[in-house]
Amino acid sequence: MGVKRMGWLKFMTNNQTQPSLTLYNELARMRLVNTVDANFIQSLQALLSPERVLTSVEDIIPYGFDGTAVLKQRPGAVVFPLTSEEVADCVRLACKRSVPVVTRGSGTGLSGGSVPLAGCLVICLVKMDKLIEVDEKNLTLRAQSGVITKEIDDAAAKVGLFYPPDPGSMKISTIGGNVAENSGGLRGLKYGVTRDYVMGLEVVLPDGTLTFLGNKCVKDVAGYSMKDLFIGSEGTLGIITEVILKVLPRPKARKTMLALYDSMDAAAKTISAIIAAKIIPCTLEFLDRVTVQCVEDYAKIGLPTDVEALVLMETDGHPVVVEEEAAQMMALAKANGARDVRAAADEAEGAKLAAARRNAFSALARVRPTTILEDVTVPRSELATMVAFIDSVAKKHKLQIGTFGHLGDGNLHPTFLTNELDHEEMHRVEVALEEIVEETIRLGGTVTGEHGVGLAKKAFLKRQLGEGSYELMRSIKQALDPQGLLNPGKIFDLRN
Amino acid sequence: MPQALLLQSLDYSVLQQCMHCGMCLPTCPTYVETKMEKNSPRGRIALLRAVADGDLEVSKALSDEMYYCLGCLACQTACPAGVNYAELFETARAEVEQANVNDGMQRGFWRWITLNVIFMHPWLLRLIGRVLRMYQSTGLDKLMRKLRFFGLMPRSLAKLEPQTPQIAAQFSDDIILPQESPIAGQGSRVGLLTGCIQDLAFSNINRDTVDVLIANGCEVITPRSQSCCGSLHAHNGELELARELARRQIDSFDLDSLDAIITNAGGCGSHLKTYGHLLHDDPLYAAKAKVWDSKVKDIHEWLVQIRFRKPTAGAGVSEVTYHESCHLCHGQKVVSQPRQVLASIPGLVLKELPESNWCCGSAGIYNITQPEQSQKLLDRKVANLKLTKAPIVATSNPGCHLQIANGLRSCGDHPCQEVTQPVTLLARAYRSERS
Ligand SMILES: Cc1cc2nc3c(=O)[nH]c(=O)nc-3n(C[C@H](O)[C@H](O)[C@H](O)COP(=O)(O)OP(=O)(O)OC[C@H]3O[C@@H](n4cnc5c(N)ncnc54)[C@H](O)[C@@H]3O)c2cc1C
Ligand code: SF4
Ligand code: SF4
Repeated sequence: MGVKRMGWLKFMTNNQTQPSLTLYNELARMRLVNTVDANFIQSLQALLSPERVLTSVEDIIPYGFDGTAVLKQRPGAVVFPLTSEEVADCVRLACKRSVPVVTRGSGTGLSGGSVPLAGCLVICLVKMDKLIEVDEKNLTLRAQSGVITKEIDDAAAKVGLFYPPDPGSMKISTIGGNVAENSGGLRGLKYGVTRDYVMGLEVVLPDGTLTFLGNKCVKDVAGYSMKDLFIGSEGTLGIITEVILKVLPRPKARKTMLALYDSMDAAAKTISAIIAAKIIPCTLEFLDRVTVQCVEDYAKIGLPTDVEALVLMETDGHPVVVEEEAAQMMALAKANGARDVRAAADEAEGAKLAAARRNAFSALARVRPTTILEDVTVPRSELATMVAFIDSVAKKHKLQIGTFGHLGDGNLHPTFLTNELDHEEMHRVEVALEEIVEETIRLGGTVTGEHGVGLAKKAFLKRQLGEGSYELMRSIKQALDPQGLLNPGKIFDLRN
Repeated sequence: MPQALLLQSLDYSVLQQCMHCGMCLPTCPTYVETKMEKNSPRGRIALLRAVADGDLEVSKALSDEMYYCLGCLACQTACPAGVNYAELFETARAEVEQANVNDGMQRGFWRWITLNVIFMHPWLLRLIGRVLRMYQSTGLDKLMRKLRFFGLMPRSLAKLEPQTPQIAAQFSDDIILPQESPIAGQGSRVGLLTGCIQDLAFSNINRDTVDVLIANGCEVITPRSQSCCGSLHAHNGELELARELARRQIDSFDLDSLDAIITNAGGCGSHLKTYGHLLHDDPLYAAKAKVWDSKVKDIHEWLVQIRFRKPTAGAGVSEVTYHESCHLCHGQKVVSQPRQVLASIPGLVLKELPESNWCCGSAGIYNITQPEQSQKLLDRKVANLKLTKAPIVATSNPGCHLQIANGLRSCGDHPCQEVTQPVTLLARAYRSERS
């Protein structure tokens, strides 16, 4: 099913062309960049080995997209380096020949970040999958950037440690992709996002220089915090080849609960009550009726499908505290109007519930041919207002919207279930999206809480940031990548 | 005149259903092996969509890719968006066969002999079975091996020879009556599918199935000389032959008089349940096929549905582990029932097999067409079996049964010494009640 996002959504329907293609043509016209040619391929094959350089159509068509379905473009070649040095070699070569480079992890991004430019070089890092070290003394973990997120946490778990960020895609997303998108997850409320766990990064700069930023020290004020610049940079400033992550002692106990509501308002009130009671649960996720129905349809775990809102709550830590907090949360849910509150029988059942929530987005794709996912985020206090607003927008424009999201941190994923072939309906979707973005910005929120700008949110960035910080960002890009070769056209256009 | 592309006549929404999320990638054995998108469900679907969109020609490379795919359907279980990969897979294989991109006399000949001749004619298949049985029972096979006779055959065939299943001493028709009734109080009336490989190599499992059904008050009707169910044909791009076999299969049962049609082979069952779709265009059979689909039940599924009786005696084993046939768990979503059957046997502990639903590499005739990848998967399975330390593994598909038995045989000291099936253990338990 097509996942279309606002901004380029408008672009698509008006121009029938793909933004990355337009940008590329524009750059090519200005003779700023080249495409992959036979000569370049030969050099790549000499650098790596021929079987790690893909060029045939059958081989590269599957690299034309990421989790953002409608955006599609055919790269010139896809390469699989195994070491940081090989990445640096490839970038140096591309730099010399002025060939744009798009870095790719597992291609699960939801803003079009790893969608290639026509004829560009894609550097895919999934084969850089070595877990280098788990340092129990310093509570750090070092890995190549192609390691799968879940494998990071599994490795930590083996020695009683814990890597908290758990995006819905954790079974397949790469840690490099997580850092490049500063991904969040289901435990953000208590544990924060990817950025909070990055201590060091090995990065290949746009000119091919290999450098290390940060270290294993908890305290470090030697100069600018350069690693932070690369977290969330979406592959536009450098290629992350290795990471040093902070890990925590693994919580000894965890309790998962479900609260069912007949009104969204009651759910939102519960969340406020829990926070007001000075409890910080690790997870407060919510699914609305449509989403619950789709998830149940897929996972068949016995979720009730006649509720207005379902809230998944989780607390972890010391067993005694967990029991106490869980009891308190369940009482608060009841007191604030939950129709039913239940606790998972054991950790396995809890894990099943969380897994079902992780699949919410893909499960929504069952309903209609096109699924347009949003990522708006508002300050937590504005959450109920925002949910009510989304609801009214859906009613006003007669649209079907399934909403789910991270109640604890104000990050919502209203998801339009529509059909891209129905132009009249698509027009209403566009207007509705515009209204949701306006309201988000008015409430002091952001157009993307965790999925990144990529191509999808480009059109709204300036409006949210204002001229000053927008230009600051562009000047940083200009300083690091004067040729504009790393993931050009993502986040913002290079020139006006 | 060029034929119309099958992928283009397919309902486009089946291709569109994939929203590129990648959630299926970590469950796909071929992607996990190579980490290349082309070898993943998402990548394969993208290629098929490119064909439908007219952006890609049906090529040898596409064909190779579709034959590298195991058809294990693990992706279908993993996919939250409800992608019907089985249909895409079958259509794609039919597409590459129609396009004839695989020319090659030898491949063509063997495909023709197997799909168009042997597996279309039940009598011929059984005749071959008899010849093989004689060959094996007279010790001729060992002699031939000694004489290096197989050195004269094409290499790929010679390699296969040791994998030929041991042919059963008697076929199903010899040991199962056309109609068998329980002694006391009859419950349901069911038909039994004896399968082809199951019949040739494991007719005893068919017997066990009948015994278990009778022990649970079912009257069992077993038509003689049954045809192949056609799954082999559907999975190998011969949809027309598959339709022919489906019609024959339907005709061999008196549907209205039966409460269920029982299959005990995961791979067949998964295909048997889709006759409705296969024949949806057939004016004479469409309606019958729908009824057929609703009546086909995997034996474990049926046993749990009729609340089978728990045996009061054991099966003579204390520990068992369970390997899931792909088409039973991913194709038919029968996951808990075989485990319930095993767990019902007194004194038997079920030890969970790590990656129990990861393909063993048998995958129809994949072990013949892709021996290298098949071996890798078999090695992985054998290593996981070792971890359980269980002396016996149960599975419910003749392909898996043979593949795993081969794997264990070639691995010297393995704790797991026997491959069996859950119904066999249940039948044994019922039998020992009487002793
Ligand atoms: C079902 C589903 C659920 C999801 N749930 C969440 C969620 O809960 N929270 C969340 O935040 N996101 C979520 N996502 C979005 C996505 O999974 C994340 O953005 C993830 O971090 C992307 O990782 P990846 O390896 O797939 O990267 P890709 O998609 O391949 O790349 C993402 C971006 O990072 C860049 N990049 C990748 N690797 C590197 C590197 N090593 N160096 C420099 N740049 C790089 C790419 O150029 C691109 O711009 C979800 C996606 C799906 C499909
Ligand atoms: S059927 Fe099996 S091998 Fe083929 S794409 Fe699906 S998971 Fe992969
Ligand atoms: S999980 Fe389903 S929708 Fe997602 S990529 Fe795989 S097949 Fe497509």
